[in-house]
Amino acid sequence: MTSPAPSEGKLPKGNDRTSTSKKESQPEWANGLRQLYDSVVDEPLPDTFKDLLSKLDSKD
Amino acid sequence: MGSEKRTASEKADFKRELTEVVPHLRAFARGLCGRADMADDLVQETLLKAWAAQERFQPGTSMRAWTFVILRNAYLTDMRRNRFRGEYDETVAERVLTAPAGQEEPIHLSDMHRALLTLPPERREALLLVGAGGFSYEEAANICGCAVGTIKSRVGRARATLNSMLADGSIPKRSIDDDTAHRAILEELDEVAAGQGMASRN
Repeated sequence: MTSPAPSEGKLPKGNDRTSTSKKESQPEWANGLRQLYDSVVDEPLPDTFKDLLSKLDSKD
Repeated sequence: MGSEKRTASEKADFKRELTEVVPHLRAFARGLCGRADMADDLVQETLLKAWAAQERFQPGTSMRAWTFVILRNAYLTDMRRNRFRGEYDETVAERVLTAPAGQEEPIHLSDMHRALLTLPPERREALLLVGAGGFSYEEAANICGCAVGTIKSRVGRARATLNSMLADGSIPKRSIDDDTAHRAILEELDEVAAGQGMASRN
């Protein structure tokens, strides 16, 4: 049985992603690791990616 | 499996899922290689490879996990070519720095990111997948092509190292530029690459 950790492209943001059961065993900075990750996830997507994605279809 | 041609609607689904996962690929890549520009190059490479390999993707499974395997393998290959040396872009990291509200000792994300980059690559990726990306140990083990126990041990060691670094403020400034450290990292990469992940197995 795998844990119900989110594995889809869209992850819920904020508190509902925070594990409560393991809270006491998590070091203080554990949340920071998430923030580091989420801060990049939340960045607006640079145009280079939009360009790349829009070009994919025409490649076949 | 998955050898038959995809229908137009399957292709559209694939592209939509691939698009949704791009921010996560960027975050994972940033954590792995530190520099935003190199991380984005890595993501672009990953997107092209994922698109080319789309018939190997099983609809209904996790696009994020599947593309992380591709990104990870591209990263390992590039590391061997010395494209990444764990260089750390101070200005970029300072910009993303945020202090959690209501905390006496704010966590300096830049410190943590730097500490993260000094970890051996297999521990860094394990911690990123589980601690930042929210993957279960089982999912992380699948991505890295190793046993669940191995992932647990890597995450545990990575946490212990970061704990002590952040606790006594002994974050190495540039240990990855150090030749000895770099050679050690490349040796460890050989081990990491030995379990090439699930992408090469299906």
